[in-house]
Amino acid sequence: MSENAVSFKNVTKTFGELKAINNVSLDVKKGEILSLLGENGSGKTTLMNMLSGIYFPDAGHIFINGKEEVIRSPKDAFDLGIGMVHQHFKLIDVLTTTENIVLGLKGKLNLKEAEKKIMSIAEKYGFDIDPNKKVYDMSVSEKQTVEIVKVLFRGADILILDEPTAVLTPQETEKLFKVMRNMKKDGKSIIIITHKLNEVKEISDRVAILRKGEFIGMMITAESDEQQMTDMMVGHSVKLNIERKEPQDSKPRIEVKNLSVKDSQGVYKIKDVSFTAESGEVLGIAGISGCGQKELLEAIAGLEKIDSGDVLFTEDNGTKTSLKGKSPRAVSDLGISLSFVPEDRLGMGLVGNMSLVGNMMLRSYRKGASPFVDRKAPRKLAEKVVTDLDVMTPSVDTPVRRLSGGNVQKVLLGREIATKPKVLMTAYAVRGLDINSSYTIYDLINKEKESGTAVIFVGEDLDVLLQISDRILVLCDGEVSGIVDGRKADKNTVGLMMTKKGGENNE
Amino acid sequence: MNKAPHEPLFHVTKRDELSPVKAWTIRIVAILLSLVLCGIITACLTGENPFSVYGSIFDGAFGSERKIWITFQNLSILLIISLALTPAFKMQFWNIGGEGQALMGALGAAAVMICLGDKVSNGVLILLMILASVGLGALWGLIPALLKAKWNTNETLSTLMMNYIATQLVAYYVIVWEVPKGSGNIGIINPQTEAGWLPQVYNRYLLPIIVAIIITIFIYIYQNYTKHGYEIAVVGESRNTARYAGINVNKVIIRTMILSGALCGVAGLLLVGGINHTLTTTIAGGEGFTGVMVSWLAKFNPIAMIATSLLIVFMNRGAGQISTNFGLNQSFADILTGIILFFIIGCEFFIRYRISFRSSARKEEKA
Repeated sequence: MSENAVSFKNVTKTFGELKAINNVSLDVKKGEILSLLGENGSGKTTLMNMLSGIYFPDAGHIFINGKEEVIRSPKDAFDLGIGMVHQHFKLIDVLTTTENIVLGLKGKLNLKEAEKKIMSIAEKYGFDIDPNKKVYDMSVSEKQTVEIVKVLFRGADILILDEPTAVLTPQETEKLFKVMRNMKKDGKSIIIITHKLNEVKEISDRVAILRKGEFIGMMITAESDEQQMTDMMVGHSVKLNIERKEPQDSKPRIEVKNLSVKDSQGVYKIKDVSFTAESGEVLGIAGISGCGQKELLEAIAGLEKIDSGDVLFTEDNGTKTSLKGKSPRAVSDLGISLSFVPEDRLGMGLVGNMSLVGNMMLRSYRKGASPFVDRKAPRKLAEKVVTDLDVMTPSVDTPVRRLSGGNVQKVLLGREIATKPKVLMTAYAVRGLDINSSYTIYDLINKEKESGTAVIFVGEDLDVLLQISDRILVLCDGEVSGIVDGRKADKNTVGLMMTKKGGENNE
Repeated sequence: MNKAPHEPLFHVTKRDELSPVKAWTIRIVAILLSLVLCGIITACLTGENPFSVYGSIFDGAFGSERKIWITFQNLSILLIISLALTPAFKMQFWNIGGEGQALMGALGAAAVMICLGDKVSNGVLILLMILASVGLGALWGLIPALLKAKWNTNETLSTLMMNYIATQLVAYYVIVWEVPKGSGNIGIINPQTEAGWLPQVYNRYLLPIIVAIIITIFIYIYQNYTKHGYEIAVVGESRNTARYAGINVNKVIIRTMILSGALCGVAGLLLVGGINHTLTTTIAGGEGFTGVMVSWLAKFNPIAMIATSLLIVFMNRGAGQISTNFGLNQSFADILTGIILFFIIGCEFFIRYRISFRSSARKEEKA
C-alpha cells in the first residue's frame, strides 16, 4: 500500500485556449489535511473537480491509493471513496437530514438504520446533527454539516471541502476545524480550498500552492508564515494592509429609521433597523450571509419595497429627502447620486453580454431628449475606467462576461465611482476576487471615503471589515445586533453579535 | 504501475469563444455537407439526379422574371413578420403569436374594405385600413403583454392561444361576409371598384418589398441605436439589471409587444390589401411560426434575417417546382429543408464545444 491517498501525475486540463491546469503533479498523504492555496483562476477548483469526476483531464494520470484510476463521473469518484462538499449546497429544503443523506442511494430504504448510522458518524467525529430536522429550518453551518456527513455516510476516505469557512462565523469555523481534526485522526485525507491564510495556518499540515494552473510548490505549514504563502501564491511580494484614515468632517448623509422589509411570503427580512451613515466614513455591515444585508441595501437603493420606516438622504445644507417608495430612476431624477455595487455583479450590476461601453451607459443612457443613445461619452468613460483602474480587457468592446471576476468588479465599481456619488454602497465587493484585485478595491473604497463619500460596506470577511470600517453595524436575523467601533472591536465579539443579538452583553 | 485503465473514447469540452471567421467556416461547411446529404438522399429515394433536382428548385424560385418577383414578394411578408417578432425575442419575451397578430391585421383591413368600401373615398379608406390593421395587430400583442405584466403569465402559452382566437374570429367573419351566401368564402373583395386595394408601385409585387426594406432598416436602427432598443436588450439579458438601472420592465414589455403586434398587423394589411384582396383563415400561411425560426436562425440580426428568410422561401418555392417536374410529393422539399436546417442548427454545437478523442489526448501527452 502506498502512503499517498491521491496522486496527480502530469495532469492537464484546457478550456479552449486557456490552460486551466498545466502539467500538475501533487500528492495528498493519507491522514493529512492539505490546503490548496491559489488566487482566483489558479485552477484549484478545476483540479478538485477532476478528482470528483466533474471534469475529465485532457492528459495525465490520477492515482488513488497507489492505483491508477479513471474517474469519469461523480459516481466513479464516490466508488473510490472521494467526496466533495461544494460551496453551494445541494440539499432539498423540504426533506430532513436523514432523507437528504440517503437520497439517491441504491438498495432498500431503511430510515431507522440510516439514522443510526448517521448518529454513529456524528458521535465518532463530534458533529452536531439532528437527523429529523428539515433543511429549511437549518442555519448555513447546519446545512454544511449535513453535506459533510452525507459524504462520510457514503464511505468517503478522501474529502474535498471547497471554501467551507466562507459562510461561517468564527465560532462555527472553530467547530468545523475540531471535526476536521477528528476525521484526520481517523485516517481520512482532507483537501481544503480556502483563501484565508490564518485558517490555512491553523488547520493544515501542508500547503500546496497553485498559480495560473501550475503547481508552484508544497510547504509544510508549521515551517512557513502567511507572508511567504502570499508571495508564493501571487508570484511577487504584496503588502497586506489596508490604509484607514480618520474620517474628516463627517456629517450625517443617510438616515435609516425603523426600517422594515418583508419578503413575498410576508416574512421580515429586515426588522426595525435604524442607523446613520456619515459622509467621509466607511460603515461596515457584518452578519451571517442572508440575514438581511442584501435587502437592506436594496431597500435604500429603491429596489426593495419598504414595509415600514423611512430612509432619509441629507444634503450638505441639511435638507432631508425621503427615499421611501422611490425607484432608482426617481432617486436619480431628484439629483441624488447614490451608487450601488450589488452582490450579483453580472446578474444585476452589469449586463454580461454587453460590451464595456454598453455597460457604462446603463445608468446614464437616458440623458437627453433624443430617442437615440449616445455611445461616444460612454466609450470615453469606458476607456478612462480601463486606464485608471488597470482593467485587463482586449478592448472596450469586449462583452464583460468574458473578463475575469476582478476586472468585472473594477468595471462595475469604476462606473459607479465615475458618477461622483454622495453615497456608495458595496455588497461583498471582493467576493471571488484574488488578493491583488481585492487590495485594489479596498484602495478605491478608501479613496472614495477620503473624498467625502458615505460608504456602506457589506462584507463577509471579518478581518477585512475590522481593518477597513470606521464603524461596524452588526446584523443578526434582520435586526441590528449592535454598532461597534471598527478600530476597537475584536473579531470574537463581532462574531458572537452575529449569532446572538447584542452578543455577550445580553447574557 | 498498473496497466492503463480503460478511458472513455471521447469527451466533450467547452470551447473558448471562436473567432467569427472560424465560426462562419464551420457554418458554411455545415451547409455544404447538408447539400451533399440531401443529394445522396434524393438519389437513393427517387433515383433522380440530385443536380437536376437542385436545378429545378432553383428554377422554381428564380426561373423567370415573374417567379423572381413572387419569390421576393413571399420573402417580404415572411421577413416583415420575422422582424416584428424580433424585438420581443430580444427581450426574451417568446411571442409565438405572430400568426394571430398578422391574421388580426388582415381581418382589420378586410373589415374596413367590406364595410366602408363604397362609403368613403379611396384615400380615406386606405388610411382607415392601415389604422385598423395596425391597431388590431397591436391589440393582439398588447393582451399577452398585459397578462405578463400584471400576473406574470407565461407568454409562450398566451400568445399561442391568441392565435386560435384570431383564427376563429376570422372564420366567423368569413361566414358573416361570405359571397355568395353559402359558399363559405369571401372571394375577391370589391372586384369592380377595387376600393381599398393598395396602390401598385411599378408592378403588383413591389409594394410589400419596399415596406419590408423600410421595416428592416427601421428595426435595425431601433434595436441598435435607440434608447428603446437599449432598454429591450437590458430587459432581455436580466430583469434584475433592468430594475437596478431604473428601467420600468413592465412598460418596456408592453411597449415592445405593441410594436411587435403592430408590425405583424402590417403584414396582414399587405396580404389582404396588396396581394390577395380576400380574407381566409389561412391567409398568413403559418408564417407567424416560420418567422420564429427565421428570427432565431439569424440570431435576431435584421440584416441576417434577409438571408435566412430567403433560404426558407427559396426552398418553399422550389418545392412546388420539383413536385411538378419529377412527380415528387411536395413534402420532399420539406424533407430537404429539414435536413438543411438540422445541419445549420446542429453546427452550433461544434462552434461551442470541442470533441477530444482518447488517442489524441495520449499523443499530446507524449509530445
